[in-house]
Amino acid sequence: MKAGDLGELALRNLREAVLRSSLTTLGVAVGVASLVAWLSLGIGLQALATKRLSNSGLFDTVIVTQRRNAQSMRRAPAESSPAKNARQLDDDAKNELERLPNVVEVYSQVRFPTEVRYDGTPYSTIVAGIPASAHGNGSFDGIQGSFFSGPNADEAILQIEFAKDLSTQPSNLIGKDLVVRYAEREALPPQAGVSPGSSHADADTGGFSIVPREKKLRIVGIIETEPAAGFGGFGSGRLLMPLEVASSLRAAQVNDLRDAVRATNGKAVYPSLTVRAKSASLVQGIEAAIKNMGFGTFSLQDASKSLEVFFRIFDMLLFIFGSLALAVATLGIINTLVMAILERRREIGILKALGAADRDVKNLFFVEASVMGFLGGVLGVGFGWLVGRAVTFGINVYLKRQSLPPTDVFSVPWWLVLMAIVLAVIVSLAAGLYPASRAAKLNPVEALRYE
Amino acid sequence: MTTGDGLAVRAERVSRHYEMGSAVIRAVDDVTLQIRAGEFVALLGSSGSGKSTLLNLMAGLDRPTGGAIFANGRNLSELSSLELARYRSRTVGMVFQSFNLLPRMTLEENVELPLRLAEVDRAERGARVQEALERVHLEKRLTHRPSELSGGEQQRAALARALVNRPTLLFADEPTGNLDSATGESIMLLLKEIQQKLGMTIVMVTHERPLAERFADRIAALADGKLLTDGVKS
Repeated sequence: MKAGDLGELALRNLREAVLRSSLTTLGVAVGVASLVAWLSLGIGLQALATKRLSNSGLFDTVIVTQRRNAQSMRRAPAESSPAKNARQLDDDAKNELERLPNVVEVYSQVRFPTEVRYDGTPYSTIVAGIPASAHGNGSFDGIQGSFFSGPNADEAILQIEFAKDLSTQPSNLIGKDLVVRYAEREALPPQAGVSPGSSHADADTGGFSIVPREKKLRIVGIIETEPAAGFGGFGSGRLLMPLEVASSLRAAQVNDLRDAVRATNGKAVYPSLTVRAKSASLVQGIEAAIKNMGFGTFSLQDASKSLEVFFRIFDMLLFIFGSLALAVATLGIINTLVMAILERRREIGILKALGAADRDVKNLFFVEASVMGFLGGVLGVGFGWLVGRAVTFGINVYLKRQSLPPTDVFSVPWWLVLMAIVLAVIVSLAAGLYPASRAAKLNPVEALRYE
Repeated sequence: MTTGDGLAVRAERVSRHYEMGSAVIRAVDDVTLQIRAGEFVALLGSSGSGKSTLLNLMAGLDRPTGGAIFANGRNLSELSSLELARYRSRTVGMVFQSFNLLPRMTLEENVELPLRLAEVDRAERGARVQEALERVHLEKRLTHRPSELSGGEQQRAALARALVNRPTLLFADEPTGNLDSATGESIMLLLKEIQQKLGMTIVMVTHERPLAERFADRIAALADGKLLTDGVKS
């Protein structure tokens, strides 16, 4: 029988037993909805975590250090020679890093202790320089006020806890001025018999002296969380200012004393550089290229991979859990089709007497099963999506009450829609295997005798 | 199509035995029968004589447990399941005592069903259905369902369905069994007309000797699965 005729006859049969077919289809839909809802939750949570983590800058950055820096805190092995040939992390190296493929930007970390004066009261804190690219960082999503108006703006963004120290009404701080007191390095003339060395512009001098300075900044924003707290980010910075401004202050940093006694061949040397990749997946390649250049690197790739493995296992468990309902629906399809054989036994006999081959009868049942599976799949995807929306709505109502920003924990990508429908059809076909085979094997003479 | 010797169907020492526990039911037992092309043969016998079983064997609905049936130039026992289905679809037309129309389909759809199974082009089907229904004078009842027709009309519709694929063999199993005598006679007249106009070979199962004697060219009488007489019209 031709496919078109098979389809017409199958649809006619389903229409004839509309209640039973609908209930079976609904069973498939519930199974698929369960699967879609659970998987979309897993995918949504993974997307949310990935987005948060990639926005944090933890996973798309590589921290570059001089190799000897990495060993500086350990006792050098007796047989190892001094790292005379280790490359300096200077401007040449920075330029070279910037030219690496898939590198978005390279910047040095500027973080220094300071005393902030506001309203005549001193407060000790840590200042961190923030590159302009951090504007897209998820940490600034819920900012009160605004991000820096420009890379050279004399502006500050405060971390909420620090802002609370300054004022009981933190939001009133926006637009107000504060003064940052810091220790500036001031270059000294070269001294006879002393090797030149220090970081930055003090490199061609005989060292530097510390001079107290002040910088007036306007508060433009307050953020809830520390941006990229922890390794490689701007953690511990409770007062943030544009990186360019922070660099221009030439503030003494914690590693300056160590660098002052190192030989740097008269060039500016960075304690470390942050290399940001286009995406977290490109970090591994960039890290390898940097190691080939002779530098030490560190990234959180391994942590990222662990996270991926965790979510894969999590998704698999959700798939198994969600599939249980689909397995029950499969039994429903088998039941419906077996009942259809009993009811249509005589009809099958008539079809065979009129020339239907075994495969025609088998295909007829397969088409009926797959139609129920397809419709169940489409409905199930819709139901699953609705469940996701409803749960998201509930979560967001709760988050709003907790004064937290809304979030979307369900994600239904197109491939999940396609997979759910295809799976529903495949499962339905598998469920139809036994009934179809049984119907095809019916003896026409016996089937015609059936009343 | 004939077997090559002017015969439409040839049954050679055909048996159909059923095992029921330790007992063997000999529904058809060593029957040899030759049916010429264009002949109207009545298989006559009482209930349980094996006439319907023999008809089913010749129609390719069942397979013999012994002997061979030749039709359409081939031994039906040697045909695969698919080939046997094709034989039923393209060579054979079947009419049953209880009409066996599908109740949820209209008359037009019922008659079109064999064309679907034979994969006849959709464009050709309308004319073929119309032609078959005109032959049984039901061309104006296309959209009616079987429940809206009388018994005689239903049997005529079943006859139209059997003819729509233009078969060469028409097998009728007690076609008047569910009809009153007047309606039964009209069906028999129709069968006779079809035989004469289309030159079709008709094998009809009946237990009514007068009907068989009046319309059939030849009578083959069966009892207890065996052929008692062949060709006798008293």
